[in-house]
Amino acid sequence: MNFKHKYIFLFPGLFVLIGILIFPIIFVVRLSLSGWNSYNGLNFIGLENYIRLFTDDPRFWESFFRLSFLSVTTVFLQYVIGFALAHMVWKDIKFQRFFRVLFLIPMMTTPVIMTVIWRTFFHESLGPVNDILSNFGMSPKWLTDPTLAKITVIIVEVWQWTPFMFLLLLAGLLSLPKEPFLAAAIDGASPIRKFIYVTFPLMAPISIGAIIIRLIEASKIMDTVYVLTSGGPGTSTETSSFYIFIKGLREFQMGYAASMSFTYLIIMIISLTVIAKVLTKLLLKD
Amino acid sequence: MGKIYTFLKYFFITVWTVFVVAPFLWALTTSFKDFNSVNGGATYIPWVDFEPKLEGWKVLIKSPANGGVDIIEPYFNSLFVTCTASLISIVLGTLSAYALSRYTFKAGFVKNNDITFFFISQRIMPPIVLSIPFFLFLGSINLLDSLIGLIVVYIVLLMPIAVWIMVDFFNKVPREIDETALIDGCNPYQAFFKVVLPNSIPGLIVAGMFCIIFGWIDFFFAFILTFTEVQLLPVKIVALNSSITPWWSLSASALVSVAPLIVVAFIVERYLSKGNLSGAIK
Repeated sequence: MNFKHKYIFLFPGLFVLIGILIFPIIFVVRLSLSGWNSYNGLNFIGLENYIRLFTDDPRFWESFFRLSFLSVTTVFLQYVIGFALAHMVWKDIKFQRFFRVLFLIPMMTTPVIMTVIWRTFFHESLGPVNDILSNFGMSPKWLTDPTLAKITVIIVEVWQWTPFMFLLLLAGLLSLPKEPFLAAAIDGASPIRKFIYVTFPLMAPISIGAIIIRLIEASKIMDTVYVLTSGGPGTSTETSSFYIFIKGLREFQMGYAASMSFTYLIIMIISLTVIAKVLTKLLLKD
Repeated sequence: MGKIYTFLKYFFITVWTVFVVAPFLWALTTSFKDFNSVNGGATYIPWVDFEPKLEGWKVLIKSPANGGVDIIEPYFNSLFVTCTASLISIVLGTLSAYALSRYTFKAGFVKNNDITFFFISQRIMPPIVLSIPFFLFLGSINLLDSLIGLIVVYIVLLMPIAVWIMVDFFNKVPREIDETALIDGCNPYQAFFKVVLPNSIPGLIVAGMFCIIFGWIDFFFAFILTFTEVQLLPVKIVALNSSITPWWSLSASALVSVAPLIVVAFIVERYLSKGNLSGAIK
């Protein structure tokens, strides 16, 4: 009798998800093989969009490498800072709850809305950052210099999402077994050795999970870029999502945007799988 | 050695605290400024650097006809969409997660883990990939620019989170309690609703909080799939960010939008301290 009700538990959720997604997925593939314009609708053009994408669109690939650079850098910084913060408020600290809540707060705020605030914060003539820096004779162009604009995006992303890394890692630290630490204490291990030989290895599986989750989320970076720089100056902060957005929903080249979306999705799945495998190898040596 | 570590620890924590708090403080002071005190360069301390005005806060409740911003309706739209989509995702996600945690499924090469992965993998999907077909799909069934359309889309965003957290949570709830209930004569549904579910409230709360966070902070879908009839809070606030930005009302509305989630931060921290989150993350 087991076989009947287990499906009743599983199917509502599964079918709702499939039901909502199946049309869009099929449609993306179909659309990617088509030209699209508002007067004749869809017309089948085979692989033409893909050929254009792979042979004649350096801008897409540049935006993809930019995205990889931005997400790897931000996730790396988030991991290091998040781990440090989690380790610091893990135990023996005054106002522990206060700091834990405070460090969580940025991830609860809407990225676009906070980015609007950051935009005023980094404003070249009216913002507080340049106001303070002007005392030292500097006035960096946070949003209009190609290199600095990338750094600004990274700063905002680190502010926004380090808390998520912090949350995952702190939850991990709190769930660690006590025995290895007792053993280390009995052996008289120094704090640094304790960290290298006990805490870090025990945290490896959680670290991998957290990094992968953050990489997935970071690869969707779009809101921040849209509000902060709109991909500019030029294309210096344009990420793949943003470029697809411009092609599809600004220039209404839907077919071409769909072929980029599909390609992008495949690349994401492959690269995330590879990253997961590599990280597992690196961090779980034994 | 210990002293240096303690010093570095408090130093680093102080620096990070300043970094976390800075934009909020800036938004708070800016929300009390007016045109003159914004455009004269950066100022920080009310009454000393500039004369505080309530203009930024007042426009939030004025109707657009009187030059106001009217964020009340978008606010309730956002609340409604987030809560409804979270609730549906939690209900469906919890049922599926329970099935995946307790029973074995096998269809060809597809097993439990593959089904779980299918649910969770929806998070990998870049929003842009879905946005174009959703745009056309919702357009064709007249749900573009409507609350229901957004709820449908948000379910896709949130159900993976619910399943992800609940599968791990149910894996930690001992099987014996279901078995005891079944031996005591419950049918499987009674066992689930009367015995397992009451024991899973912490997991449900954590999953609910995550759904609410990720629903509330979404901008992209709301931005693409709604225009004028229905506006969600983030879209409304970002729309203020035009060429002549009213920094004061922008800051005030940003603070108002952030406020409810501060409560969520406290709840998450509470369950974190009790160790309830750990299972969900491994």
